[in-house]
Amino acid sequence: MLELNGIDAGYGAFQALFNVSLNVKAGEAIAVIGANGAGKTTLLRVISGLIPATRGTMTMEGANLRVTAPHRIIETGIAHVPESRRLFPRLTVEDNLRMGAFIPGARSKYAERLDYVYSLFPRLKERRLQSAGTMSGGEQQMCAIGRALMSGPKLVLLDEPSMGLAPVIVSQVFDLVRRIRSEGYTVLIVEQNVSQVLRVVDRAYLLEVGKIHASGSAVELAASDEIRKAYMGI
Amino acid sequence: MDCQLDIFFLEAVLNGILLAGLLALLALGLNLVFGVIDVVWICYAELVMVGMYGIYFAYKGGAPFILAALFGIILVALAGAALHYVVIRPVLDSEPINQLLVTGGVLFFLQAVATMAFGVEFKNIGISLGSVSAFDMSFSKSRILSFTIALIGMLALWLFLKKTYLGTAIRAIAQDRQIMPLMGVDSKKIYLVTSAVGGGLAGLAASLMVLNYDIYPQIGLQFGPLIFMICVLGGLGNMIGGFVASFIICQFIAVGSSCFHTEWGYAIAFLFFIIAIFFKPQGLFGAKS
Amino acid sequence: MKIPKLSGNAILGLIAIAVLPLVVRLLFPSSERYYLHLLIQILLWAFIYTGWSLMGRFGLTSLGHGAFTGIGAYVTVLLWNFADITPWLGIPIAVLAATIVGVLIGYPCFSLRITGHYFGLMTLALTEFVRLVIVGLRDYTGGSLGTQPKRYGDGVSFYALQFEPDRILSFYIVFALWLLGLYVWWRVDQSMDRYALEAASQDEDAAASVGVNVTKEKLKIMALSSAMCALGGAIFGQYQMYIGPDTIAGLGTSLNMVFAVVAGGMWVMLGPTVGAVFTQVLTEGLRVLIQSSVLLKSTLGSAALALDGAIYGLLLILFIIYMPKGILGTWLERRGRVRK
Repeated sequence: MLELNGIDAGYGAFQALFNVSLNVKAGEAIAVIGANGAGKTTLLRVISGLIPATRGTMTMEGANLRVTAPHRIIETGIAHVPESRRLFPRLTVEDNLRMGAFIPGARSKYAERLDYVYSLFPRLKERRLQSAGTMSGGEQQMCAIGRALMSGPKLVLLDEPSMGLAPVIVSQVFDLVRRIRSEGYTVLIVEQNVSQVLRVVDRAYLLEVGKIHASGSAVELAASDEIRKAYMGI
Repeated sequence: MDCQLDIFFLEAVLNGILLAGLLALLALGLNLVFGVIDVVWICYAELVMVGMYGIYFAYKGGAPFILAALFGIILVALAGAALHYVVIRPVLDSEPINQLLVTGGVLFFLQAVATMAFGVEFKNIGISLGSVSAFDMSFSKSRILSFTIALIGMLALWLFLKKTYLGTAIRAIAQDRQIMPLMGVDSKKIYLVTSAVGGGLAGLAASLMVLNYDIYPQIGLQFGPLIFMICVLGGLGNMIGGFVASFIICQFIAVGSSCFHTEWGYAIAFLFFIIAIFFKPQGLFGAKS
Repeated sequence: MKIPKLSGNAILGLIAIAVLPLVVRLLFPSSERYYLHLLIQILLWAFIYTGWSLMGRFGLTSLGHGAFTGIGAYVTVLLWNFADITPWLGIPIAVLAATIVGVLIGYPCFSLRITGHYFGLMTLALTEFVRLVIVGLRDYTGGSLGTQPKRYGDGVSFYALQFEPDRILSFYIVFALWLLGLYVWWRVDQSMDRYALEAASQDEDAAASVGVNVTKEKLKIMALSSAMCALGGAIFGQYQMYIGPDTIAGLGTSLNMVFAVVAGGMWVMLGPTVGAVFTQVLTEGLRVLIQSSVLLKSTLGSAALALDGAIYGLLLILFIIYMPKGILGTWLERRGRVRK
């Protein structure tokens, strides 16, 4: 579904990604793991077009993402849940969800998608008229994911969903990830919390200082000594 | 000085309320643009002036007033979008003062071009709606009409912002511009639409102003500073604040003008403003800082 | 008193300007008064613009300095006309009044961290307020028609500080004023306050955390700036022998100041002066062009005089977009010497 080949990208003179190649097949759940500053968030921003790639190819179901304008990437079926949720704080939960359905293709299905998201996340329905900024971290994450689902995506990009959340909320968030996975969405999740995320995905890539250092099935990586020592504190 | 709590006082107070409707509408456009794009159009009053001339010539050219008003609204909406596209966009990322200065340049330019094109004589559209009397007080019908239309305009804007996708996007972009592409929103387009709506509101205000005032190129200098004052007093970017501030200021003006000379009404209003800001510099309902 | 070390070029330049009146007398004997008038206007406004730029260069862009020039002019003239107070006393009083007003507005703004848009709009409100008061006091000020200081004797008087008929004398008075303005600019530039203000204009919190009393520094510069502009306004009144709410106060005057400094170069000592040359020559040139152009006069009539406003506005827009450092600033930058 999503294919990156030899992607270079950065911020001005500072290069953050070097020759990154990865692929995501339909129905899979893929993780990109790595430490702080490895380039994981940059990677998702490149896919969403917020940062331009300087080299390489990037396609979604064959469509060339590098020539697609940033605000049209969502039309290829990619929905991005940003780092730290990035909800619109002074809009209500429902308005945030409405923004997720902004593209013309999603507007016609707004009502049914809204019902769907509310059925997935009943807590959002309870709080639909509440200002998004006043909700707890876990609820905000729910809302952010819900907002992404409103566009009817094929691929959901999740940027460090566990970041800044209390441990008990973190496991709830990973339950959410399992949930949307079981609903049939393909997921690309970027995470620092290696032990938890490897339990949720099929395959994973290890990103270190902008380069892919390893890849394989989640089981393999979880068993690898290198990963266990460096990232799981074992 | 002529200041007793009599029926004339009440008339002044009520007239102040009527005037406030119009000024609140004017403040609305400015607040919208600032709240969303973070720019102050120093030339806002000049855009209204352009609208007033447009409506005047359309009407004198034979169009019925409603059509002329519609023409004015569209004209200034386009002017607002053009202003953003040509003048604001190049300086959107530089210091705020550059944005103020660049619209200051437009202010000079529009006033001068209007003087060259239309001359300095006052023009009046010549529509007289008469007045209504109640309890020894008389109120001009055009003032009442302006007040009503202004309220309707504000309600329409509120509905637009609350209920439509575009309106929601406009509210959203003011809160987080960077993630807008993730939702499929082209920020540039939203800014243009916001500028057009801001211009449209100015155009609507222009259509109400031609009914009440003469038109001349420097008219912007008369009410421009007043509008800025109202916006800052209400909290720049806060539309409800602008509404309330408009009513407060207009009371000062109306009562001050009926008790003293007209200038003093305005001077007192400005003085109140300066003192209020001394205590609450973010404005009475300051939202953005 | 600290004296700057002047380069050879600078000294030559100063001498050249100092002998300008004699050059004018030689080259244009019959229109001497006209050209001297032009030079006087340039130097006088250059002084005022330099005063404004003391704040502008630190990010404190006031759109209301017309209030201070207005206060300077009107207080001086009114004290003379109605209380027979010689401008030698009247001007210090006027300057003090303007400084007090500046500090009164500045204090809440600075202590409550109002900058950028808000500050610009606050100062705009101030200048409007002053203009309204001037017009409102029409029995004393003549309202929107303006007023004149009473002529004392034949118009040249030490006691009344009037000198307009003697253009050469006027020139040297204004020349001295202009030099004073440059000296003040130089002293500010050399002072520790300058670094404090620059730091504050970048990041107020950071500056405060290293011990800069941001509010006090800003108030100091505002007091100085408003004092200079008031002095300039007062001398303007004494020279022009006529003041009006729109010629020396009001939004137009304020915006002119901003435009001239932006056009000339906000961060360079001679920038405001270049701006003054630019704007005065532009206005004069346009006026002459329009008056002598039959075509323009026939198509536009008397409204042709508004052409300078249109060109002004266009130039301001173009300068901000393409040359925000102004004529002098950009030129210096291109030559590899950026003096900030």
